[in-house]
Amino acid sequence: MVKITGGRVYDPANGVDGVVKDIYIGEDGRVTAEGNGSASRTIDANGMLVFPGGVDVHTHVAGGALNFARGLVPENQRVAQKFIHTPELRAGIGGLTPTTFATGYLYAGMGWTTVNEAAVPILSAKHTHEEMHDIPIVDKSTLLLMANNELMLDLLEAGEFERAKSLVGWMLWASKTFGIKAVNPGGVAAWKWGKNANQLHQPIEGYSKVTAAQIVMDLARICDELGLPHPMHLHQNNLGVPGNVGSTIETMNMLQGRRAHLAHLQFHAYGGHDWNTMRSGAKEVAEAFMSHKNLTCDVGAILFGDAVTITADGPWQHFLHELTGRKWGNLDVENETGCGIVPYVYNNHKLVNAIQWAVGLELLLLIDDPWRVYLTTDHPNGGGFWRYPEILRLLMDVEFRKAEVKKLPPEALNRISLPEIDREYSISEMVIVTSAGPARALGLKQKGHLGAGADGDVTIYSATPDADGVMFTHPRYVIKGGKVVVEEGQIRALAEGRVFLVHPEFDPAIEDFIRPTFQKLYTLSFENYPTEMTRLKHPETVGCVPQ
Amino acid sequence: MITLTLKQAVDGVPLEAESICPDVIAALDNAAIRALPVYLGKRQCRIDDFFAVDGETSEEIDVHGDLRKVRWIGRGMTRGRISIDGNAGMHLGAYMKGGTIDVSGAASDWVGAEMSGGLIRVAGNAGGQIGAAYRGSRSGMTDGTIVIGGSAGLEVGMRMKRGLIVIGGPARDFAGLEMKGGTLVLRSGAELRTGAWMNRGTIISLKSIPLLPSFLYSSSYVPTVMGVLGKHLGSLGIDLPLKPAAGTYQRFLGDTSVKGKGEILVWHH
Repeated sequence: MVKITGGRVYDPANGVDGVVKDIYIGEDGRVTAEGNGSASRTIDANGMLVFPGGVDVHTHVAGGALNFARGLVPENQRVAQKFIHTPELRAGIGGLTPTTFATGYLYAGMGWTTVNEAAVPILSAKHTHEEMHDIPIVDKSTLLLMANNELMLDLLEAGEFERAKSLVGWMLWASKTFGIKAVNPGGVAAWKWGKNANQLHQPIEGYSKVTAAQIVMDLARICDELGLPHPMHLHQNNLGVPGNVGSTIETMNMLQGRRAHLAHLQFHAYGGHDWNTMRSGAKEVAEAFMSHKNLTCDVGAILFGDAVTITADGPWQHFLHELTGRKWGNLDVENETGCGIVPYVYNNHKLVNAIQWAVGLELLLLIDDPWRVYLTTDHPNGGGFWRYPEILRLLMDVEFRKAEVKKLPPEALNRISLPEIDREYSISEMVIVTSAGPARALGLKQKGHLGAGADGDVTIYSATPDADGVMFTHPRYVIKGGKVVVEEGQIRALAEGRVFLVHPEFDPAIEDFIRPTFQKLYTLSFENYPTEMTRLKHPETVGCVPQ
Repeated sequence: MITLTLKQAVDGVPLEAESICPDVIAALDNAAIRALPVYLGKRQCRIDDFFAVDGETSEEIDVHGDLRKVRWIGRGMTRGRISIDGNAGMHLGAYMKGGTIDVSGAASDWVGAEMSGGLIRVAGNAGGQIGAAYRGSRSGMTDGTIVIGGSAGLEVGMRMKRGLIVIGGPARDFAGLEMKGGTLVLRSGAELRTGAWMNRGTIISLKSIPLLPSFLYSSSYVPTVMGVLGKHLGSLGIDLPLKPAAGTYQRFLGDTSVKGKGEILVWHH
């Protein structure tokens, strides 16, 4: 048993706000209410802050697209942090596209213990699971890309909703994933014809009836009817386009009360008509968002500096490549989805980037319910996840934030509302947006809190900032499943993370539909398609509750 | 002065010796220099496992021996001088910012890759990717001078942004590939696809070279700036034909396949 004594505990899910109390973690790696038996390890957290381990609701850390990006940006790896092989740790490199082992070390080293890999095509599910096998310490879940799957779109076109639902259920189980991700619904399928899906209500290129709006609504309904713990995870149409506020708000209205998680909302909250008139649309988006209690979101904030944009949104990536002249990688994942990679630099002298930077922070500050808005950078699209503490400082210290705002180009200031916002995050709110909230949105009941029965994932920070004024960069202790993995800023021991997945109920007859289509359209045989359970390390199936 | 003498030839696995650099060595006494790390493959060794070390506390380093398998000499150096009596291995003077490197023999690939200042002179032949960008990087050398007496390999000056490269012997394919600026002087011409994808910068060839069809002929003249360049090259002991009576430079613009505004000047007499 591990006993943590004397720390100020922040556990907003259980209404604990900075109370000095002891936390006990039993031999089963879970938090227990009372310490019975002798503690094998007592951590004196006197004067420190005790939080539930961080939960990243949207990140890209494993799989075909990320691996493609690793190959595309060797120049980033040359200057990235090196992890030298030691008897305990494997070698690796950090940076924007860290190697598998380094990913685990970096997340744990920052105090995050659960991550959600947000984009997996079924065809690279095996690859993704193999990589996650080698990401130590953190628990993982994955989302399956479905909004451009041609089998799915064919069924929606034919009006066969029930079959589409079974298809989604079958594919979730076949890929051993945890939830559904929709990326630019219909747009990636249209990209195969050199087109995009900019209009929500026009038929998708190559189809006569099915529209982006229909894909969004049907997928949200399918997620609810299958009872997935995490609702549809939506990367909306028109990402990054000035003036996309309109389609973002329309999408929110369209969902008509259905559950959905809106990913990297920052990229969907731009006003204006073009790059010259672009301004922040965070106010409108935040207002609309707050009136839809059915929705959650993560911000996908950007930070100035290097980034690598990786997304299934192929058409947008081609546009970005044309816009910036930077190199471009494109993948076509057969009938399922696409992928584009473009390295990018967010420059604080550029008007557009300055607005993007402000929009991310504005959303975090204007949406008044921290339980529904979560901290992400859409790693590595807006910046590396290991830079989260920089954003926390901007949220928690209004003076620092105002000083940073002053560094923006003057013409940016009347296009953003950030200078007028005085809100500061409390420590409790910070814990909500980084842990308790995302855990709740993912439907992981044992994560994001420190009540009895919760996973023994605890992060202990010093209560004072470091010399650079930054807090929460280097936890004093990180405990994962009751094991002390980080101590005094060093990774001392390794824990093996679990993989969460779902097994929804579906009509098994759907295989009779998939098999022939599959053998006609795919390049590998049907038998080789599903991911075997044996490929997963420490799998844990989370129950579905159909609604 | 510090003298390093290779004890026996390095064969097989290359030796990575970025500690042979004035910035690392200058302040150290003899014992500390002997103990500096070098890597034989993945194994960390000491400099005196491979070199006899004479002298201490100096910015001047003489290295003797056949160092063709010794890599990264002078990596990132900012001052001082390294003289190599023999051959040098890959990545000589890569990321260099200042100082001088002289090689009496030949050098391998990636001489002065991504350097931003200083002077590298190689008397013999050199390999490919001289002053180039490493794979994936946006630009190669951004300043400084590289003078190769002999021939050069592929992709000389690939993505170079500023600075000067002079190649005495013939260069192989793709000299000035994706060049973004700077000057590349080919005293004995080059093989195929010189200046492919170049955006800006100047390639001067003193011999006729095969040109890509995407380079357009614009005029024949002796640019005024040649006088300045000739004078500068003269200080490095290199002649550039300048007299209009002896001939002219034919100017080709390209690479038009990427809307480039670079130029290739070919001496014609």
